[in-house]
Amino acid sequence: MIPFAKVAAPDVDFAGLAPLIAVFGGALIVLMLGLLRSRAARETGVPALSVLSLVIAIGLSIWQWGERTDLVAGALRLDELTLSLTIIFCVAGIASILLSWRHVAPREAAHGEYYALLLTSIAGMIVLVAAQNLVSVFLGLELLSIPLYVLCATEMRRASSLESGLKYLVIGSVGSATLLYGLAFLYGATGATDFKDIAEALGSGGDLVSDPLLLAGIALSIVGLGFKASVAPFHQWTPDVYEGAPTPITAFMAVATKAAAFGIVLRLFDVALIDAAVDWGPPLAALAAFTIVVGNVGALGQSSLKRLLAYSSVAQAGYMLAGVVVASRLGLQATLFYIAVYLVMNLAAFAVIVARERETPLGDDIASLDGLGATRPALAWPMTIAMLALAGFPATAGFIGKFYLIDAAVDGDYAWLGIVIVVGSMISLAYYLKVVAAIWMRPAAESTDLAVLTPGPEPLLAGGSDEATGLRAQGEVVAVAVFFGVLTVVLGVVPSPLFDVVRDAGAALGLL
Amino acid sequence: MTLHLSFAVWLPLAFGVAGLLAPPRLAPKLALAGTLLVLGYAIAYVIDFDSANAGLQHVTDEIWIGELGIHYKLALDGLNLFLVLLTAILWFFCTLWASFGAWEKPRLFYFHLALAQTSVLGALLAQDLALFVVFFDLMLVPFFFLTGIWGGAKRVHATMKLVIYTLVGSLLMLTAAIATGVLAATGEDGLSFAFSDLAQRTIESSTQNWLFLAFAAAFLVKMPAFPFHGWMPDGYKAMPLPVLALFSAVLSKVAAYGFLRICLPLFPDASEHFQTLMLLIALFSILYGSAMAFTTTHARLILGYSSIAQLGFIVLGIFALNSQGAQGAMLQAFNHGLVVAPAFFIVALLSARADGSEDIRDMGGLGMRAPVLATFFLIVTFATLAMPGSSNFVGEFLILLGVFQTKLAIALIASTGVVLAAVYALRLYIRTMHNRTGPRVESRELSLRDGLVLVPLVLAILAIAVYPQFALQRSEPTVTSIVPSALEEKAAAAPLPEASP
Repeated sequence: MIPFAKVAAPDVDFAGLAPLIAVFGGALIVLMLGLLRSRAARETGVPALSVLSLVIAIGLSIWQWGERTDLVAGALRLDELTLSLTIIFCVAGIASILLSWRHVAPREAAHGEYYALLLTSIAGMIVLVAAQNLVSVFLGLELLSIPLYVLCATEMRRASSLESGLKYLVIGSVGSATLLYGLAFLYGATGATDFKDIAEALGSGGDLVSDPLLLAGIALSIVGLGFKASVAPFHQWTPDVYEGAPTPITAFMAVATKAAAFGIVLRLFDVALIDAAVDWGPPLAALAAFTIVVGNVGALGQSSLKRLLAYSSVAQAGYMLAGVVVASRLGLQATLFYIAVYLVMNLAAFAVIVARERETPLGDDIASLDGLGATRPALAWPMTIAMLALAGFPATAGFIGKFYLIDAAVDGDYAWLGIVIVVGSMISLAYYLKVVAAIWMRPAAESTDLAVLTPGPEPLLAGGSDEATGLRAQGEVVAVAVFFGVLTVVLGVVPSPLFDVVRDAGAALGLL
Repeated sequence: MTLHLSFAVWLPLAFGVAGLLAPPRLAPKLALAGTLLVLGYAIAYVIDFDSANAGLQHVTDEIWIGELGIHYKLALDGLNLFLVLLTAILWFFCTLWASFGAWEKPRLFYFHLALAQTSVLGALLAQDLALFVVFFDLMLVPFFFLTGIWGGAKRVHATMKLVIYTLVGSLLMLTAAIATGVLAATGEDGLSFAFSDLAQRTIESSTQNWLFLAFAAAFLVKMPAFPFHGWMPDGYKAMPLPVLALFSAVLSKVAAYGFLRICLPLFPDASEHFQTLMLLIALFSILYGSAMAFTTTHARLILGYSSIAQLGFIVLGIFALNSQGAQGAMLQAFNHGLVVAPAFFIVALLSARADGSEDIRDMGGLGMRAPVLATFFLIVTFATLAMPGSSNFVGEFLILLGVFQTKLAIALIASTGVVLAAVYALRLYIRTMHNRTGPRVESRELSLRDGLVLVPLVLAILAIAVYPQFALQRSEPTVTSIVPSALEEKAAAAPLPEASP
């Protein structure tokens, strides 16, 4: 027998891995199904099956709720944080599949590949937030990023989509490389790749906390993850990539990638490196404050809704970072709460953008929303609610989320960061309300149905169905907008269920 | 008799939502029905009120968000009873007034009007700091839309200015509210934002100071008071008149009420520390508001600036920090709301008779041909200028009495405000009712329909003028209990005004 074959295979808990397997399995089946000749199978069967696999993954996550075990020899951790974020990714995935269905992007990229890549990216996110080991962190990060580089460039005939994909690839790779370098330094300083061992090494006292090797590792990790979470000053790619990518993918990136990045930031900093909080606390707090200001000021002059939301997502990353900085259980819960709320608010907004891109020739310009209140109330209300929620108005989930974050910041002796959040929110009013004003207070454009008469900016493709570029947004897009708009209000009035979820997740990390 | 406060708070919204779903022509009727029911509720509360009780009545207390210690706690006491009544009265009559006109998208209009009433009532009745902040900020949403969609010229610009000004204050208040809850929480009791819990916990004086300033900023912007009124001229010019009447009459009172409900009981040290500053702001508001009110010619702005002056008086009374001042402030808040709403209604009538112009130079000479209208206007004018015999006189008298006991110099200067009020109020009356008839003025008497709005409001002014003790008596126990006790002892030498009839 060959010696290296003696390595004992790790015990695999398939029940714990079930959500991940469902998503991966879905990706493979979808890829195969996309090869079928039948148009119905490709255009309807593939997305339906993708949604099904995500629904199954959500079901399995709920089934596994309450389990707290290590999976695959401690490479991954199954707990409520993993599971709640899994549900968040799957919800984001379902929403973007619904937005992609009958969109131009999957037709150009072949349906099977498009949805398989999306599902693979979700699987990567699950691996990333479950990671309990520096190696699986990197594995998960790459698995989530590489499909996204491709997805950004799926509208092959639009230069800006290609530009977006390339930009994301280059900058994402720099970020990944930086993170990898940082992880290597962390390993070098602590001698461990496992989060528990790292925490133990740091907690055992000694002057490891001020070891230059560790400091360099932390700094490089912050930079690397900062790229993924679009934290200023590593955010410059965000507006360009968001603007160029197909809008359903932008929506997915805005909510799911950000959630994944913050999931691992929570695990890495608030669990593994918790005893080094003196090292990363102040710089991370400074980054949070800087991000809030840069994001909000950057959004002020934007006329493209996607760019506006890109800058807004930078600002929101700053708010969430504030929850990480306080390094308390309250902070962790507040961050997770905000991630969920952020998902709901943004999906409502992006669904409306997708709808208007199909209905008007104006693309994602704010002008595409002019007079929406009079012509399309089913789109106007969700967008209004989403904007008010992002700005933190009461009776929306955004208000409770911000309340929780400020509460955590003040409680963790970072009252000044709470004030920065508030100042950021003040600045943000100017651009969020600009959108609301366009919807309700400006007259509708001459003819919003112009798209029918003149072909839209995207050329009709061979094999494309006519209805895909029709004048009305398809029902599923409106449904996504309305569903998440309503959810924004419901969670703003009855937030208790979400509080229960994040409390479980907070308890799962235990270390704090 | 159980009178759940939740009904009163949510009824308007329920009717608003029903109106949103009903056919457009039913929307105003549903809105009227909702406001009428609330008015009935409010009158029932006043009748049912136990005036000997300084504590909370009709308490509803549920946990809303346990993790954050936020209660859904509503209750009535002497502080908010009459403001609730004021809100109910004015909302009914302003909705009635609004239903005379034809609005584009009527369902949406009445929905926002209803949402506004719900949020105002919620803010007045909330007995939890976080809940108060929620409703206080929520008030802005309907007014944002009401101004931005149905407003006059330059409405979008004015709306943005209004919202950004007030929300900057509100967001500061949000931070301060959270900080108050967190800093007051002690280890064993946990986080709670209920006023009753917060009042028992003490906050360090130095911390109180910045918390107080954040709350004060929010309230002073909302009022508005002198250096914070930048949004007022544009906002007042752009709002539709029925909405403006509500905004000026009720929302500014919620801000004044905030001082009494939050700043004085929760930050007693800071209230004393900043007493002089607040009194000076009040004084400048009185002088500036009065001066502007008798130089501007735009009828709405005359009322707007006079409101700044009147609210200056209210702040003056609150920060006399004794019970006379606070009692006077409460009464004056009720009075001013009751006076300014019919004044705006009269402006609307005058403008309709002056070819749509709201400039007083285009008006004049109406009095001879419309004596009934002129009489009602005269009553409103006399109430505005605090003629002896009016309830405003009692209010201002109590306020000045309170301030005389603490800061003599400020009281002396402030009392000139009473004279200035006579100047601007009479100027508005004379320029519109007497003088030469304007070139495009068409004199018409008050129509029966308009009388439906104006007559009950004027009767309410007269009623409270005859019998102001009705309000004073019911608010006295609560007001006395919230005034900082240290100063109260100093002021105890002076006898309270006799409250019993």
